[in-house]
Amino acid sequence: MTTEIESPLSEGVTTRDRVTIRFAGDSGDGMQLTGTQFTRTTAVYGNDLATLPDYPAEIRAPTGSLPGVSGFQLSFSSNDIHTPGDNPDALVAMNPAALKTNLRDLIPGGLLVVDDGEFNSTNLRKAGYENNPLEDGSLSSYRLLRIDITKNNADALDGLDLGAKERFRSRNFYALGLVLWLFSRPMDTVVRWATEKFGRNPVVLEANLRALRAGNAFGETSELVHERYEVPPADVEPGIYRHISGNEATALGFVTASHLAGLPLFYASYPITPASDVLHELASFKRFGVKTMQAEDEISAVCAAIGASYAGQMALTGTSGPGLALKSEGLNLAVMAELPLVILNVQRAGPSTGMPTKTEQADLLQAMYGRNGDSPVAIIAPSTPGDCFWMAIEAFRIALKYMVPVIILSDGYLANGSQPWSIPKLAEIPPVLWRQADHETVSHAYERDPDTLARAWAIPGQAGFEHRVGGLEKSYETGDINYEPGNHHKMTLTRAERVARIADDVPDIEVVGPQEGDLLLLGWGGTYGSITSAGERARAEGKSVASAHIRHLNPFPSNLGEVLSRYDKVMIPELNNGQLSVLIRSQFLVDAIPFNKIAGQPFKITEILGKIDEILGLAGPYEFEF
Amino acid sequence: MTAANSNGVLDEEIPLLTRKDFVSDQEVRWCPGCGDYSILAQMQKTLPGLKIPREEIVFVSGIGCSSRFPYYVNTYGFHTIHGRAPAIATGLKTARPELTVFVITGDGDGLSIGGNHLMHLLRRNVDVTVVLFNNRIYGLTKGQYSPTSPIGKVTKSAPMGTTENPLDPIKLALAAGATFVARSVDRDTKHLEATLSTAAQHKGAAFVEVFQNCNIYNDGAFASFADKDVRQDRMVYLENGKPLRYGSNLEHGIRLNGFQPEVVESPTNDNELLVHDTNREDIALPMILSGMNYPDFPVPLGVFRQVERDTYDGLVAEQVGVARDSAEADLEALIAGPETWNVL
Ligand SMILES: Cc1ncc(C[n+]2csc(CCOP(=O)(O)OP(=O)(O)O)c2C)c(N)n1
Ligand code: SF4
Ligand SMILES: [Mg+2]
Repeated sequence: MTTEIESPLSEGVTTRDRVTIRFAGDSGDGMQLTGTQFTRTTAVYGNDLATLPDYPAEIRAPTGSLPGVSGFQLSFSSNDIHTPGDNPDALVAMNPAALKTNLRDLIPGGLLVVDDGEFNSTNLRKAGYENNPLEDGSLSSYRLLRIDITKNNADALDGLDLGAKERFRSRNFYALGLVLWLFSRPMDTVVRWATEKFGRNPVVLEANLRALRAGNAFGETSELVHERYEVPPADVEPGIYRHISGNEATALGFVTASHLAGLPLFYASYPITPASDVLHELASFKRFGVKTMQAEDEISAVCAAIGASYAGQMALTGTSGPGLALKSEGLNLAVMAELPLVILNVQRAGPSTGMPTKTEQADLLQAMYGRNGDSPVAIIAPSTPGDCFWMAIEAFRIALKYMVPVIILSDGYLANGSQPWSIPKLAEIPPVLWRQADHETVSHAYERDPDTLARAWAIPGQAGFEHRVGGLEKSYETGDINYEPGNHHKMTLTRAERVARIADDVPDIEVVGPQEGDLLLLGWGGTYGSITSAGERARAEGKSVASAHIRHLNPFPSNLGEVLSRYDKVMIPELNNGQLSVLIRSQFLVDAIPFNKIAGQPFKITEILGKIDEILGLAGPYEFEF
Repeated sequence: MTAANSNGVLDEEIPLLTRKDFVSDQEVRWCPGCGDYSILAQMQKTLPGLKIPREEIVFVSGIGCSSRFPYYVNTYGFHTIHGRAPAIATGLKTARPELTVFVITGDGDGLSIGGNHLMHLLRRNVDVTVVLFNNRIYGLTKGQYSPTSPIGKVTKSAPMGTTENPLDPIKLALAAGATFVARSVDRDTKHLEATLSTAAQHKGAAFVEVFQNCNIYNDGAFASFADKDVRQDRMVYLENGKPLRYGSNLEHGIRLNGFQPEVVESPTNDNELLVHDTNREDIALPMILSGMNYPDFPVPLGVFRQVERDTYDGLVAEQVGVARDSAEADLEALIAGPETWNVL
């Protein structure tokens, strides 16, 4: 999967255009920190990259056990890349359990770094190994690097006023130092970060920095390590970049939308994985006038947001699948009262509690249809971590312009995944517009804009607009309660038409690859990277395959039907049991071919390629290898 | 709830409003004889006295006969969904603390489906006034028992009588930490108006239970003690700092024997009687009082508790203010994050 060029510059350094590394250890080993710090260094170094953290389901599973393993994968490249990579080229395993759960993904011949010191009989037993795999020859097809990280690290910290436990804890910095050396990365980004982070605790800072340098020096001096790698910076669009995760981008997008609209943001939420980080972020944005409320449940959260919307502010609530289920009644009130409201749903594997830390995109039909009555709302989905920023703004643009609830379907993969992100210039982002009722243009709160069909937003405090709204059907003319048959018919069609008209106001869907041909890959949400990469690879193999990604799911972009008609076949890869397929088939009568993975994991590019070959008649039926 | 208005207009500049100004153009649709009419009328009489412009007042309700209330008051109003009015009011008041917010709810709306939200509104001390119309029945859905129906009550959904213990709204409010807890009754219009007015002027979450007669599905639920001719002897009016006396000539009293209240006939001296104190931090006294029920005791009406505490909406606004004063709100810097690099 990578091209190797012998580097003419330094002896023993192999230049590659792409490398995928996975860090794995016990959840107490700090592998997320090692991963994010390596990522930051790599981002600053100028590679394109994508990351995939893999958290254990339990907060603190027993130390050394298989369920306690936490992982972090990143892929970095000299080219534009879209995914954190299918299979790692290098695996760092801090204990036997981490080796056991991750080894099967490592490519044959891959680099395997293990903490030798942790392969003792207790840990081997906890991981279910009968024999020590480091000794029994079972790892002979990998390039095994056995390093007693635990001991080397403890030695490096000699003389520091620290207990054995604290010494053990800085092993992740030792591993980080070693891996930075292996991939020819400087240490200064990490040193700067650690100095800021641990500055208040000089002994811990000293321990971590000593560990980092010791690991780095080990690479430099040890005879064990024969080879290092270099991945030159990518040739990316000029600009100022930062590293950003999907949830960070989402929170930034919301506070930016508030700035662009000139209205205060109110966020109510009940904690739930993987959406809680958005609450944490927004709670720290008080200086931007953001008010956050940790509600007693999701019902209260959506209702509190509706209260803020009625009050004339930018109302937001956020959750994950089970919480969206609880919010449906409230959401319907916003539909009926025609109030602007944004609902962030960071999807996770369901149904019910499902697999909270695993990703899935199986709430599309819930978002589309999960309410009583004919109750259309707008639905949009970001396609990359950085796109979460733009879709957060887009959600408020639509909600405020059309006086309608908008659901954002993010997911665990986007939320926790990260990428280098070109920082936008605030002054270049168009304003978010809204229209408050005023006596010159409207006479009451239910008078509609003839273009958008949005009603006037009359808010408490405005004299002369005192009015009553609610969940009961209202007269099209006056907004007063009305049960007449013709009126309900008209109001239902009006609510539908108002959402349908959004289609004229969103960008056309764009195709990557041939504008017509054998096969179109059609996706939405967090699968953008895998689908786009699969399309690129298929074309590189000479196949007539294009890809298109839907960011506006309800309504669809107005050119979507026409685009679908230009390809012989349409394949829809989704991390669910075929939900976009249902919508595409029903709206366009297209015989789209679903390709569904429901494993709590993103698509591997090779999986999509396998299905493409099946559809093009180049191979037999594709089967997943889980 | 405060009487200040958001425009900072001085009281004398606000045109004097009358009861009529708070009557909306909507036709009132309760059954003739329903206790809800009285509560509406007393509220409309109370509102002008608050000296707050109509547009600064919002009535938020859930679902039920009682929750139709906002349609009939000419202010801003939101008839929401079953049980959720406290949550919606919390968001509304937190977003715009300068507004004056009322929550109108029923015994089913506020204590059954919405019990959780009510509890949390009171616990947070959101500066709103909650009026719970307790008719001990589900009116709108035509006569099922409610969480306040007495055990054994025969209703459409309990033809052999209910098998559930009822909940006391006053006890719930006290336990949730409500800073103002009071009770009144639809028939005693003077007391009701005064109670609504005191509640509306309380800064913090004010909870008022109103005994309300549903003459269709639970007629006479309170008649045995609240009817005009027996009221004097079967209800006791709580007044802060006053001994508990009742009866047409105040010839009965209440004293405490340990934790146990006792009726004293013709007490000679106020010293032996229980003296009401609404301002106590602990809730022992109002809890004991709330346990007094007819026929063993007179039923207490009035303010059980009134204490001062910071409000939720006030604290949230204060934190935003502090954050704004202490750090520059540089959005460009926030978007750029802690570390950037330049690609040329
Ligand atoms: C989600 C939901 N469930 C059930 C109902 C039906 N419902 C409407 S009002 C009500 C009970 C109202 O009782 P209460 O709050 O005591 O009000 P009252 O009519 O007695 O004033 C019920 C069960 C509803 N509207 N919504
Ligand atoms: S059913 Fe009862 S509570 Fe409802 S309006 Fe009629 S009398 Fe009043
Ligand atoms: Mg009732």
